[in-house]
Amino acid sequence: MSIAPTTPSLRDTPPRAGGEFSVLRAVIHRDLLLALRRRSDLATVLLFFVIVVSLFPFGVGPEPNLLRAIAPGVIWVAALLSCMLALARLFAADFADGALEQMLLSPTPLGLIVAGKVAAHWLTSGLPLVAIGPVLALQFDLDQSLLGVLALSLLIGTPVLSLIGAIGAALTLGLRGGGVLLALLVLPLYVPVLIIGAGALDAAGAGLSALPHLLLLAALLVLAAVFTPWAIAASLRISAE
Amino acid sequence: MSQPTLVIGNINWFKYASPQTFYPLAGAMIPWFAWAAAILCAAGLYVSFLVAPTDHQQGEAYRIIFIHVPAAWMSMFIYVVMAFWAGVGLVFNTRLSHMMATALAPTGALFTFVALWTGSLWGKPTWGTWWVWDARLTSELILLFLYFGFMALQAAIDEPRRADRAGAVLALVGVVNVPIIYYSVKWWNTLHQGASVSLTGAPTMAATMLTGMLLMALAVWMYSIAAVLHRVRSIILEREHGADWLAGFREAKR
Repeated sequence: MSIAPTTPSLRDTPPRAGGEFSVLRAVIHRDLLLALRRRSDLATVLLFFVIVVSLFPFGVGPEPNLLRAIAPGVIWVAALLSCMLALARLFAADFADGALEQMLLSPTPLGLIVAGKVAAHWLTSGLPLVAIGPVLALQFDLDQSLLGVLALSLLIGTPVLSLIGAIGAALTLGLRGGGVLLALLVLPLYVPVLIIGAGALDAAGAGLSALPHLLLLAALLVLAAVFTPWAIAASLRISAE
Repeated sequence: MSQPTLVIGNINWFKYASPQTFYPLAGAMIPWFAWAAAILCAAGLYVSFLVAPTDHQQGEAYRIIFIHVPAAWMSMFIYVVMAFWAGVGLVFNTRLSHMMATALAPTGALFTFVALWTGSLWGKPTWGTWWVWDARLTSELILLFLYFGFMALQAAIDEPRRADRAGAVLALVGVVNVPIIYYSVKWWNTLHQGASVSLTGAPTMAATMLTGMLLMALAVWMYSIAAVLHRVRSIILEREHGADWLAGFREAKR
């Protein structure tokens, strides 16, 4: 970087009241707008999710009891893969056109900007999965009383996937073979979310309460929301150096 | 600003934080650790395979624990040490710490693989299957993936400084996740298949078995230190190629 991040003119300006959060809002707004202008990207991730889930019956056969048993796992694994697939474009465009450097130089804490970007990314790639997941579960003849639990577990779990994945996306920014590398870095870290998310459905299916699983998932979300923005910001600084 | 010092026994240990001073020190230490590893390994294998009694439940097959358990201990411990050096490197910006982290990864991955492999060999005669989704086996497998991720990330980045620091962030994120992964896998395992295999309920070990295992564990420690020091020296040679201080070393001329 040619300009030192400690340029006085940038650092000494006191932020306006609520200035930080207006930046957060602006980042989310901007990223949502960018995403809406490239709708095909969003559709690709969703279609990927639908296709992966639909492949499983071909692989294991159309036996309804078997499908019912594997439905939570299949939908969760497919959600995991779709989230990961969408990560590659999280910082790539900003890195290519230089907007990322401006964010690194901004007096607003980078963690906050990054949190905004991840939030926008989740709204465009995670939230649609929450909406579509229960519909796909019907294909697997999942008990209808479980659909609410599925949607809720995806609603709490997918933001964790976006937050953890963003670390990987930041670390692999601009690397050759970044996509496959990202999978290698991020998928092992997704294991707890997968276990707890699919476990919620198993518990509910067995007649137990899904609440402990959902609360654990929520705990993971809180932990991830507090700590990952720092890690993402540090990774971005390393990658954009 | 004065140089930081850490003086124990009239030696300033921070002096050895620079590759220039560490390189000859590591070179001098390697033979000691390597010989200690060889001797301890010979003694450990003797006790394990010739002295220790046959297990009345598992027969001779149990003897694989003398390799399996030390390897598994080491695989987890090395990840923590790696994350420690990665953290030191990020905080103090010391090149040698990052080199240590990079040098530790392959040895850690090796022991993770050995632990998985011997675990599988042990599983066949005792559990009747090569693989069970036991909590320990599964978290060990994920640990192997974490090592591979660390090495793949560093290998994909050409610039050493970025590779060091990116790897360091990943190692730290990984080390925070290891306990979460372990407990979630453990929990998942009990939820899905019930307690099929319990290692904690095993009968207490005979004293000679424990001796054999401790000797092997020490051998594995010594081997790891020797191997990692050797790898650090190679990394220093590679990175400091052409530096003046290396001119005095025979191996740098090649």
